[in-house]
Formats: sequence, C-alpha cells, structure tokens
Amino acid sequence: MRRMGDAPALFDAVALTCLRGRRLVFEDLAFRLDAGGALMLVGPNGAGKSSLLRVLAGLIEPLSGAIRWDGEDVTADREAHRARLAFVGHLDAVKPAFTVRETLEVWAGLFGAEAVSAETLDAAMDAWGLDALAHVRGAELSAGQKRRAALARLMLQDRPLWLLDEPTTALDAASVATLERLVAEHRGRGGLVVASTHGGFAMPGATVLDIADFQAEAA
Amino acid sequence: MIAAAFLAMLKRDVRLALRQSTDLGMILGFFVIAASLFPFGVGPNPETLARLAPGIIWVLALLAVMLSLDRLFQSDWEDGSLEQMALAPAPLSVIVLAKATAHWLTACLPLIAVAPVIAVMLNLPAEAYGVLLAGLALGTPTLSLIGAVGAALALGARKAGLLIAVLVLPLYIPVLIFGVTAVDAHLTQISVSAHFLYLGALLAAAAPLCPWAAAAAIRHSVG
Repeated sequence: MRRMGDAPALFDAVALTCLRGRRLVFEDLAFRLDAGGALMLVGPNGAGKSSLLRVLAGLIEPLSGAIRWDGEDVTADREAHRARLAFVGHLDAVKPAFTVRETLEVWAGLFGAEAVSAETLDAAMDAWGLDALAHVRGAELSAGQKRRAALARLMLQDRPLWLLDEPTTALDAASVATLERLVAEHRGRGGLVVASTHGGFAMPGATVLDIADFQAEAA
Repeated sequence: MIAAAFLAMLKRDVRLALRQSTDLGMILGFFVIAASLFPFGVGPNPETLARLAPGIIWVLALLAVMLSLDRLFQSDWEDGSLEQMALAPAPLSVIVLAKATAHWLTACLPLIAVAPVIAVMLNLPAEAYGVLLAGLALGTPTLSLIGAVGAALALGARKAGLLIAVLVLPLYIPVLIFGVTAVDAHLTQISVSAHFLYLGALLAAAAPLCPWAAAAAIRHSVG
C-alpha cells in the first residue's frame, strides 16, 4: 500500500500508531489517497475505526507516525488542516432548542463560511429532504432526521476531505442512497472521503482498509 | 475570519441562553432567595445588615455565577457540538472567549441588574450603590473567564457541578476581596481607585490566559 519514491499522495499516513489509555489501538498503519480517492474502514467493534478517524481529524494525537497532506505533515499547520476537513462523528451536534435551519446557519457561521448563501443552505436542506423540517426544533427530531441534519453540514463547508464515522447509522434506504450520490459527486470534484462502515454503504472503487490487520500483537 | 467566528459563536450562545431562559430565572431566583435568608439568619437589625450587605451580595453573586457554569460547555460536549467547535478553523481559544462573553451577557449582567434590589433589602447605604455596581461590572467578567477554565476541566467528570465549585471558588477570592473592599473603602471615604485597578488587572490577566487554558482542557476532553 505504501509506495515510496512515487510522487507524494494528496493525503497519506505512514507508520501511524495510536495509544488510547493503556491500549495500543493500532500500530504501523499506512494508507495513501489521491484526488477523488476514498478509503473504506472496516473491522469489528472496538477495532479502532473511530480512533483512526479522530486521529486523522486531529482530535487525537497519534503516538507516532505522520499524516501528510500534499507531502506536508499536517501538524505543521493545524488550522490549515482543520480548514480542509469536515468530520461527522457519532454525535450529531444538533441542539434541542434550535430548529434545523438555525442549526445549519450556526454551523455555517462558525466554519467561517460567510459566503454560505441562502441558496447553498436551501440546496443542503433540499438534498437531505429537510425542507419540511426547517422549523422543527432539534428536540423533536428522530435519530435519522438528526443524522441527516449532521450530514447536511458537509454541503455547507466545501472541504476537500470528508471524515465520516459510520455515517449511515439510523439512516433510511433513501438517505443512504443520497449519501452515496453526494460522496460520488464529491469524489468527482476531486474530493477525498474516509468513511467507516459496518456494511450497507457502498463507495465504488474505494480502497478497503481492515483495521484488524494493524492490531497490535496480544501481549 | 476570527472576528466572524467570534460573533457567530457569541450570537449562538446568547440565542441559546434566551431560548432556555428558565435556567436564568432559576439563577436569579437563587440570588434573591438566598439573600433574603440573611435577615432571618443574622436578625433584621438595619445596621448589622448594612455592614454585611456588600459581602453578602458579592458572595451570592459568586455562587450564582458558579451555578450557571455547568451550562457553558457541558451540553455542547454531550451532543458533539464541542467536537465540531474544536474542528472549526478559528482558534479554539477565540471560541471559548466568545462563549465566556455570552455567559457574562446572559448570566452576570442580569445578576448586576438585580443586585440593587438585594441592596435595598439589606439596607446598603444609598451612596454605595454606584461603587457596588461598578465593582460587579468590572469583576464579573473575570468570574466568567475563570469559570470557563473550571467548566472545561470538569468535562466528563461524574459530579461536574461539585468539581467546578471546588476548582473555581478558591480562584474567585481575589475578585471577592477587591470587590467588597471597594464598597467598604467608599463608605469610609477612602479612594476606591486602587481597588478598581486591581479588579481591572485581574480581568486583563484573565482575558488572554483563561481562554487559552480552557481551550487546552477542551482539546483534551474531546480527544
């Protein structure tokens, strides 16, 4: 998977090792992605898929190894790295007191996207079928509706790197199809996607990375 | 971009606090009810109450601010909002500063507005009102900032509210001392400028240091 000497990949990791508490989650993990590439993380529960995604997002420091964007270590400029990624984790970040539209407006503002026009917001709401829910408060949303609101964030941010942690949890079949279509469009524009899944989510042509292959030997 | 993120965060937190204004009502209720206990506890003698009034008002303001701190980060941490804030391109310390500012606007400012009511109840001499309110206005932003550090450190703790109290109350002592002695000094015709300068210095130190420390604690908790 690691090909030394080639032109630098757009996004790659080498010899990545992650320690959480006193447990070595994975070690010597490596991958490389070029423009339009996708990485599908598989593995049993607790194998470290979420940990890897959090390491890639910069939320957790790896014990060793390097993550590089365009050949440059992402720790060199963390703000630039944060400005190029969009992360959807297990938690949806939907406030009970805000309506769906307000939630999206808040995130658009916080991600420094003053340029997010009402049309972009409408397009994001439309793509995820949130129009009818625009004025419904977060407290009244179902789990799947909250997840759709969280995924709609991806469309407000315009980031080249999407990090998705089991994005299809609680989604119905139509929404999974929407996500697959949006991921394909994103990759068509040269964007990258790293997603973990337990199945039911397809990314054609994605590199499959089984975290269990990088598990530390049982001591 | 940093200013835009600051304003977006400030607007969000103020709006959220106004939506959940029962929280604010309860804190103000605590402030007034706790103050009304003192005439029962120490007796209704007007001179005694007047002597104790600045200290009572300041201590209760401290406790009321402390009670409102758990909403600063806790719910955002639980629902994943804090994680997204930590991933925003703007520095996390700027976001923390915006949240502390919103906390001051929605928790401390109402306390300052209610303080004269309590001052009347406790028979504080009329000429001390100005100094009391000016001291609160200068001292409470420091309380919000220090509180942000305590609230960030307590994220994920089992009894977060108690832990915040233990972490934060000792650090509130300097603000309490200069806030109360300013009122006493004014009542004994001594210049209050030294006390206000100390309160200002505390704020000047807290404004850059506390958001930075709280941001470090948040990065640790969302990891």
